[in-house]
Amino acid sequence: MSLIDIANPVEPFLRTDRMPHIWCPGCGIGTTVNCFSRALIDSKVDLQSLALVSGIGCTGRVAGYVKLDSFHTTHGRAIPFATGLKLANPKLNVVVYSGDGDLSAIGGNHLIHAARRNIDLKVICVNNLIYAMTGGQTAPTTPGRAITSTSPYGTFEPAFNLPHLVEAAGAVYVARWTTFHVRQLARSISEAFQKKGFSFIEVISPCPTLYQRRNRLGDGLDTMKYYKEKSRVKHGAPTSEVGLTMTGEIIVGKFVDRDRPDYQSLLHGQMVESLGEKYVDPSETVCGCS
Amino acid sequence: MRADPRGVLTGTHFIDGDHACCEGALAAGARFAAGYPITPSTEVVERFAARVPTVGGSFIQMEDELAASITLQGAVWGGAKAFTVTSGPGFSLMMEHIGYAAMTETPCVFVDVQRGGPSTGLPTLPAQADMMQARWGSHGDYEIIALCPNSPQECFDLTIKAFNFAEEFRVPVMFMMDEVVGHMTEKVVIPSADQIEVVPRRHSRKSVDTYEPYATNGDGVPEMAHAGEGYKFHVTGLTHDERGYPNMTPQTQDKLIRRLQSKIHDASDRITLLEEEGLDNADVIVVSYGITSRVAQRAIELARQQGRRVGKLRLITCWPFPEKRIRQLASRTKAFVVPELNLGQMVQEVERFAGGKAKTFAVPHAGGSVHRPEDILRVIVEASR
Amino acid sequence: MAKGRVSIVVERCKACGFCVEFCPTKVLALSSAFNSKGYHPPHVVAPEKCSGCDLCGMYCPDFAIYGQKVDPPKGSQKNPQAEANHAG
Repeated sequence: MSLIDIANPVEPFLRTDRMPHIWCPGCGIGTTVNCFSRALIDSKVDLQSLALVSGIGCTGRVAGYVKLDSFHTTHGRAIPFATGLKLANPKLNVVVYSGDGDLSAIGGNHLIHAARRNIDLKVICVNNLIYAMTGGQTAPTTPGRAITSTSPYGTFEPAFNLPHLVEAAGAVYVARWTTFHVRQLARSISEAFQKKGFSFIEVISPCPTLYQRRNRLGDGLDTMKYYKEKSRVKHGAPTSEVGLTMTGEIIVGKFVDRDRPDYQSLLHGQMVESLGEKYVDPSETVCGCS
Repeated sequence: MRADPRGVLTGTHFIDGDHACCEGALAAGARFAAGYPITPSTEVVERFAARVPTVGGSFIQMEDELAASITLQGAVWGGAKAFTVTSGPGFSLMMEHIGYAAMTETPCVFVDVQRGGPSTGLPTLPAQADMMQARWGSHGDYEIIALCPNSPQECFDLTIKAFNFAEEFRVPVMFMMDEVVGHMTEKVVIPSADQIEVVPRRHSRKSVDTYEPYATNGDGVPEMAHAGEGYKFHVTGLTHDERGYPNMTPQTQDKLIRRLQSKIHDASDRITLLEEEGLDNADVIVVSYGITSRVAQRAIELARQQGRRVGKLRLITCWPFPEKRIRQLASRTKAFVVPELNLGQMVQEVERFAGGKAKTFAVPHAGGSVHRPEDILRVIVEASR
Repeated sequence: MAKGRVSIVVERCKACGFCVEFCPTKVLALSSAFNSKGYHPPHVVAPEKCSGCDLCGMYCPDFAIYGQKVDPPKGSQKNPQAEANHAG
């Protein structure tokens, strides 16, 4: 596919027959899709072998708007579905594109286990600090003392520090950007495509309709200006120190970039060691049904 | 299509139902399983984990049944035939994803080796109390197929049938074993691969430009594609149109949900597998399935020794329920006797379709052991009055 | 001569204002026109300053705008920005 003659770089990646999309004015999810598209172009990923899996929520709707083999699965279970895809066809490049509630609340168990196993997945977690699609309920990432529809008097629970969580669980690539950092985000996604193993990129994004509005934090543009003003790029920062607050500093950057053997390398190594000649590599035989 | 010989352990074996089920899956072409340990089903995946690295395939033990039940579906869309195995508590956890498989028309097999419930119940003892759950466990209107083996041999043979139905109808199939059938050891004959018929994936032959993931022609079952083949298709659990795009209107819902129902209903003659014996002139027909059918067999023999005319109807396919056959038989017999290892589940269906033309007698059992033949005989005698 | 030009898909725009704010050379402003949804889409106010960097395109959450570099046409005085705005 020649991209030189297509003017808008993102257009070939969209299901244009489904535009305009459902995201609100000032929502940052569409912005992340631009960055994702740019990363696909720059890293020359083979689009035919790219599969995108999402869960439920506003970010989960990305799967329906991208022109790729895409799967809109159940709430919290994009990662195990993606694991099955990858194990059945290791040639696939599998991206999980989902939100903070989907990935860290109901999907939390799967998040940490996939990171532990170092499954070769690229996870893009759009973190708008809220459950947006269902009307603005508290998420494990909602910073205190936000007003949400299920904490009408203000949240009081400590929030997850997602980079810290996934690093501890075993992720090999951990980065955080905001929707203001469009070029850096695209670059991080490209870098994740070069890595083998569990990569996790958190993107802080506005939810102007619910999170920002209920907490009188302005609209999408105000939030983008806040990101611009209060973000500090600190590559390699200890993830324990990158927790978020409602209006405070946002530490962004590439925090973790390390090498650990991925799940399939470990599996292969173990089987060859134990079974020798008798081991039959599944990549030849799993897709054996048609 | 003939079975792939690499997965067929041809020979005469002395193995239990769990082990035979695993061999059936391998013979059917299953090359992916995602599991989570739960008594009394665990041996199925333990054997798969041991066998599949030398056959060629993948096994992963996931962190819970919620994961296992969706990981296998990812593998299906990646090109594999896949299944999972569980018992009551895990089956309950898998319900959302059984619904997802039905809605997205993902061909796959869910094995439930039933044990005493509810809740943690009796992990090592039998029951047949998940039968209604197999049919109705997930939310919404959908259809599944459920098969009930009554021996380790059937655990082999019918698992292949389960995979074949799954592929033919693009539906999740519930393989309803029970703890006794799973743990009983009997002779299992596995034929050579060329004697085993397997149904291949209904893969589309359409070009990338013309393919629509949920368009059907004729039999109501769409053709499938896999990720990585260039089709760039979309799959969602939301109500969708032929393009697979979310289309949340009553009209699309009506069209889709009715098609999901009719693709199974319209083919129920082919799907309904029954074992019948002595039904002509029977005053009483014993309707049973799974391990209970073996006890019922003895009860029927005892009743016949007493000179009673008793027929046997064994449900090999429990869902879709053989309503047509029950309706026919209800006009020709006095009573149905339905022993089950539960407090009355399939008996409700029998009674419903008997339509008052024949009486229906349940032989309930709370689970934990099997009936004694005398328990069933007593009800046959009562039904004969 | 502008080094770049911007194309706007007016009907997709939701007037979030990202493109106007983050254009490094302040090429854009929200217009007083309406699209059919009632939003004010942006329009080009300083075409000569456009570098074709496509930051507007990267930011736009609605895929409603993009910038591209243009080669200066041989001997032509025409401003390529004149045809750039078009309804989507």
